[in-house]
Amino acid sequence: MMLFYFQRLIEIFPFFLKGLWMTAVVSGISLIMATIFGLLLGIARASKNKLLVGLIGAYVAAIRGTPFVVQIFIIFFILPEWGIQLDAFPAAILALTILGTAFICEIVAGGIKAVPRGQWEAASSSGLNLYQQLRYVIVPQSLQTILPPLVGQYVLLIKDSSVVSVIGVMDLTRVGWVTVNRIPEGLMVFTLVGILYFAISYPLIRLSNRLEKKMATQQVML
Amino acid sequence: MLEGFNFRVIWEYMPFFMEGLRNTFLISIVSLFLALIAGITACAGRLSPWKSVRGLAIVYIESIRSTPLLVQIYFLYFGLPTLGLRVPELQTGIIALMLNSGAYIAEIVRAGMTSVPNGQIEAGISSGLNYFQRMRFIILPQALGVTVPPLLGQAIVLVKDSALLSLISVLELTRVGQTLTSERFMPSEAFFTVAFFYLCIYFVLKTLADWSQKKLIFREAY
Repeated sequence: MMLFYFQRLIEIFPFFLKGLWMTAVVSGISLIMATIFGLLLGIARASKNKLLVGLIGAYVAAIRGTPFVVQIFIIFFILPEWGIQLDAFPAAILALTILGTAFICEIVAGGIKAVPRGQWEAASSSGLNLYQQLRYVIVPQSLQTILPPLVGQYVLLIKDSSVVSVIGVMDLTRVGWVTVNRIPEGLMVFTLVGILYFAISYPLIRLSNRLEKKMATQQVML
Repeated sequence: MLEGFNFRVIWEYMPFFMEGLRNTFLISIVSLFLALIAGITACAGRLSPWKSVRGLAIVYIESIRSTPLLVQIYFLYFGLPTLGLRVPELQTGIIALMLNSGAYIAEIVRAGMTSVPNGQIEAGISSGLNYFQRMRFIILPQALGVTVPPLLGQAIVLVKDSALLSLISVLELTRVGQTLTSERFMPSEAFFTVAFFYLCIYFVLKTLADWSQKKLIFREAY
């Protein structure tokens, strides 16, 4: 019986690859958007404007303090009440972007604050404007502290993308869930799903660790 | 935006919300406790002199960390019955949370253990301190500062993760929101209330984590 199910599973393997593709697309789009917004908000959060800092802080706390499932339900069920009708796919990307932005903005703000004040002062007394100060002096230096946790955050985002399966996005987890209703071998089906997730997350985890070690040695040399 | 927000329904369902909140609490505390045991065990395995034990611990930690929790929950939920094990949803969920957090806690504990340099322990021995004195005055003050704040961070993650158990129909806070949505079709009332309760738990734990970070970090006397 198990062999029979195993053969069935191999037959429908392309279906799993489609799910993997969907997971890659959903998390890919949202992690690019989250990086852009997170960078902007992170720079704002490291600024001296109290109102801006407070507002972003409230947003970050609201996102970090609530489970992602609840956020997805709010976006998927409540936005229509306010007249904004979203399909599952854009809703998933919106939810993941909002989530990722909150976490990335904290990482970026932390990285920028870690740059010594003297660097800011030197940059501004060299006559650079704010954009130039950030672009040529502050951001390149803060990348050391930002990069390793950023890659770690990407892994978390990819894993969190599994939750969007609950609103019907046909991602890898959803494929597993659909399959298990036809092939009642839960261990087999979800081991396969797990292996496919592992195939994308594990290299990124290794990369994050590598970056961390590399950055640590660079810091010692400085 | 919030006109027509029906507080009466929330009030009517308040006992139900309270039950959900209590269950979220209990699930989180029990899972955290079990995860501590699992984590310390896995960490001991990770640092053990035997290669096979070490390999086993690494496989456990890495496979958990590179797959989504939702997939792990489904793996157990659909997989245990195929092994002939009939485990109720609640217990399945707690096992999943325990295994998941255990892997992260193992890494946290390992960071704490390896944070105290060997030379200090040797210095302690040659100063004539016995085992307990070394623990009390040298190792614990430094290791706790490194371990306790991230452990509290993991507790925050665990509370939020427990929301995923609603997807295998465990009656906890998020499930109450889903029930209210399907019974009365009032998703805003349901999920904003749920989010509010999660935020309350988050702020308590966050305050505790920040406080512990300030109090416990051992400052070297330069």
